Amino acid sequence: MSAHIHKPKSNRVPPKTVEIHIRRRANPDSPQYWEVFELPYRPNLNIISCLMEIQKNPITKEGNATTPPVWQMNCLEQVCGICTMVINGRARQSCSALIDNLEQPIKLEPMSKFPNIRDLVVDRSQMFDHLKRVNAWVELDGTHDLGPGPRMDQEEVQERYSYSRCMTCGCCLEACPQYEDDNYIGPQAIAQVRLFNMHPSGKMTRDERLEGIMGEDGITNCGNAQNCIQACPMGIPLTRAIYEENRETVVHGLFGWLKK
Amino acid sequence: MAEGIKIAIVGGGLAGLAAAMRIAEAGHAVDLFSVVPVKRSHSVCAQGGINGAVNTKGEGDSTWEHFDDTVYGGDFLANQPPAKAMCEMAPSIIYLFDRMGVPFSRTSEGLLDFRRFGGTKHHRTAFAGASTGQQLLYALDEQVRRYEVNGKVRKFEHWEMLSLVLDDAQVCRGLIAMNLQTLELKTFPADAVIVATGGPGLIFGKSTNSMVCTGSAVAACYQQGAKYANGEFIQVHPTSIPGEDKLRLMSESARGEGGRVWVPRQPGDTRAPSSIPEKERSYFLEEKYPAYGNLVPRDIATREIFQICIEGKGVAKENQVYLDVTHIPAETLDRKLGAILEIYEMFVGDDPRHVPMRIFPGVHYSMGGLWVDYDQRTNIPGLLAAGECDYSIHGANRLGANSLVSCVYGGFIAAPAAIQYATGVERNGSNGSSVYDQELRKQQEINDTLIKQSGKENQYVLHQEMGKWMTDNVTVVRYNDKLKETDNKLLELMDRYKRISINDSNLWATMALPHARHLDNMLELARVITLGALNRNESRGAHYKPEFPERDDENFLKTTIAEYSGEGPVLSYDAVDISLIPPRKRDYSKAKQEKKPDPAAARPEAPAERT
Repeated sequence: MSAHIHKPKSNRVPPKTVEIHIRRRANPDSPQYWEVFELPYRPNLNIISCLMEIQKNPITKEGNATTPPVWQMNCLEQVCGICTMVINGRARQSCSALIDNLEQPIKLEPMSKFPNIRDLVVDRSQMFDHLKRVNAWVELDGTHDLGPGPRMDQEEVQERYSYSRCMTCGCCLEACPQYEDDNYIGPQAIAQVRLFNMHPSGKMTRDERLEGIMGEDGITNCGNAQNCIQACPMGIPLTRAIYEENRETVVHGLFGWLKK
Repeated sequence: MAEGIKIAIVGGGLAGLAAAMRIAEAGHAVDLFSVVPVKRSHSVCAQGGINGAVNTKGEGDSTWEHFDDTVYGGDFLANQPPAKAMCEMAPSIIYLFDRMGVPFSRTSEGLLDFRRFGGTKHHRTAFAGASTGQQLLYALDEQVRRYEVNGKVRKFEHWEMLSLVLDDAQVCRGLIAMNLQTLELKTFPADAVIVATGGPGLIFGKSTNSMVCTGSAVAACYQQGAKYANGEFIQVHPTSIPGEDKLRLMSESARGEGGRVWVPRQPGDTRAPSSIPEKERSYFLEEKYPAYGNLVPRDIATREIFQICIEGKGVAKENQVYLDVTHIPAETLDRKLGAILEIYEMFVGDDPRHVPMRIFPGVHYSMGGLWVDYDQRTNIPGLLAAGECDYSIHGANRLGANSLVSCVYGGFIAAPAAIQYATGVERNGSNGSSVYDQELRKQQEINDTLIKQSGKENQYVLHQEMGKWMTDNVTVVRYNDKLKETDNKLLELMDRYKRISINDSNLWATMALPHARHLDNMLELARVITLGALNRNESRGAHYKPEFPERDDENFLKTTIAEYSGEGPVLSYDAVDISLIPPRKRDYSKAKQEKKPDPAAARPEAPAERT
């Protein structure tokens, strides 16, 4: 991420229109279908502003009135993770998907690894359940005033910071060939185990976290495809987390019983 | 109901989660409502940091200095005791987050690092990269999840509060919420309700706020009798990135780390910024405010940038000025501002490490909100408020990095106050469950009517019109005739609202009905903001009227109180508690206090001192 090359914006002739194909579904029990929308091109459009435009006046390219497409959005700064969808085949946040950088016609689909609620909306609550399973928190003695926390090396802090930026968007799980029907806990939760196992206080309850990723659907299901690290919009070193936690679980598996 | 008390919290941002954590820790049950999964709340957008006077840089900082900066920055409109209490609690709040594992940036000794922010001369702002809000929210989210696992907290995510349940004595007994997938309405009895739903930025159409920041729940409380205070005080952030769908914030930390604001001396200069020599640039903030330079408080920076553009001196004569960090080493930028610079690059396409950013002011924060006493209690018994949705801390203008600390402070005060109230409150009274059924029916009827309506008006067009009028007339510069016109426009929009069609035949997980409910509520709050501004004939903090350019303490050192009536807001004015610091003129062209001149403080910041 450190090599920033200043690239001038492309000089290609802007298109006159934006064509968007949306994979829709009325509710979880009905079939999916495609609808095509076309809107006039303006510079600096992103997917969200196109969807807003369609929502205001939901008419397909063929001129038929339809129901407004439904999606989720909140921060629009790629930090809340909610607006994730599959855009031209790749899971990413729709707020930061600029029309100028996308091949037309643009194809929007809901993420495929999570239950589809309606249109582009999916239910990602399983990701929050993962966080419960791995005790993704520091066991505080209490929230009363006990002074500052442990001293930490800035380098360590920076590694923890990179794990702590995970916005639970699900791109890594969408890209992971092993992750299907919640059969593998996946890189998202493993990175959070790493985040807390690195912390001086978090370390003290490390074993419970390790046990959370050692079951049948645990860390050993990773097939090392390394898709997750490519897919992560926050640049989180997910494969490093998997490597480190894999090592920790092996050690724990071999010697953990000695502590009991 | 069982013997244990139950407290409902509406909103899962910093304030709501702070309160939830404290209540659960005390062993009580919490029902937590949020329109989005709480980890996706607007608090994630706060970038710069959290203030707390720890004085680790040998600058003689103190919680009193922080308090004085807060009150002075707020142009003396804040009641002073809660502002003081917040500043005193601030260091312990930062240390608590440190213990929770927030990856705050560190010094070479491994201690917490602090940076400088607007409106102060001290390094008082702890920060975690450039996404402090995200990091703090996650820390609370994690702690609350702990209590969710042990059964103290029940989360209702994708549920939206529509109204309070009040009994005949106007006592709050719980709330009505709507499931955003099924549109099912349900009653949730509670011994006390804490509203922590954030700001109302969407009233201005595009703002730096997230899409959930409609102020809708707060507007519902207001229409049920809660007082709304200082609504007219809307902070417009000096540096936002104009976009089609929203205005994205460029954090004050860009200036805190040495970013400089400038325009070409020659208006309409078409040269690339890098080929304009230093002496042909106007660093207008540094020129006019030598003591604070680019770090003047937000209202002043906003007005100066706005003014330069109105005079046709903006870059390319458009509504934009340069915010320049290209003189700072790229390595420092990546470490201290990486995340926010990436936002710019991601959404604009230019790399701010090499090309000065183009920015313009954008609506950012509401100092006003639900009226609360010093224990975060509203005037409705059993209803409390915390965070941006309450009015209590920031007076007429909020200082940078004071919002995160005020959210947590509000939550930490509201939690014990709610417990104390809930423990003592007599349950049910004479009304029994009938008040719940009654309110549920009323809310259901509103939904049913909206669903059946088939008028020609488009709710999104109405929202856009409201946003444009509010942004044009009720933000940086305010004129009474324009404010009056805006109020008339709002009345027109309210009338047209009656003829909207929700235009979605599929009600499952629809966005249309919730938006229609928000719009109705936003229009009510928009009137509170506009009429509050119209009535306040002075200039103070974020509220600026060229016709009344001076602060008028004699007539307006008062809190505006708006109360709902069928004919619109009824305004009254309360005295402000100025018992601790006597008001003085706010003047950032000089250092704050003449009594101790400090030449070192006026020196521009060294961009980075550590690696």
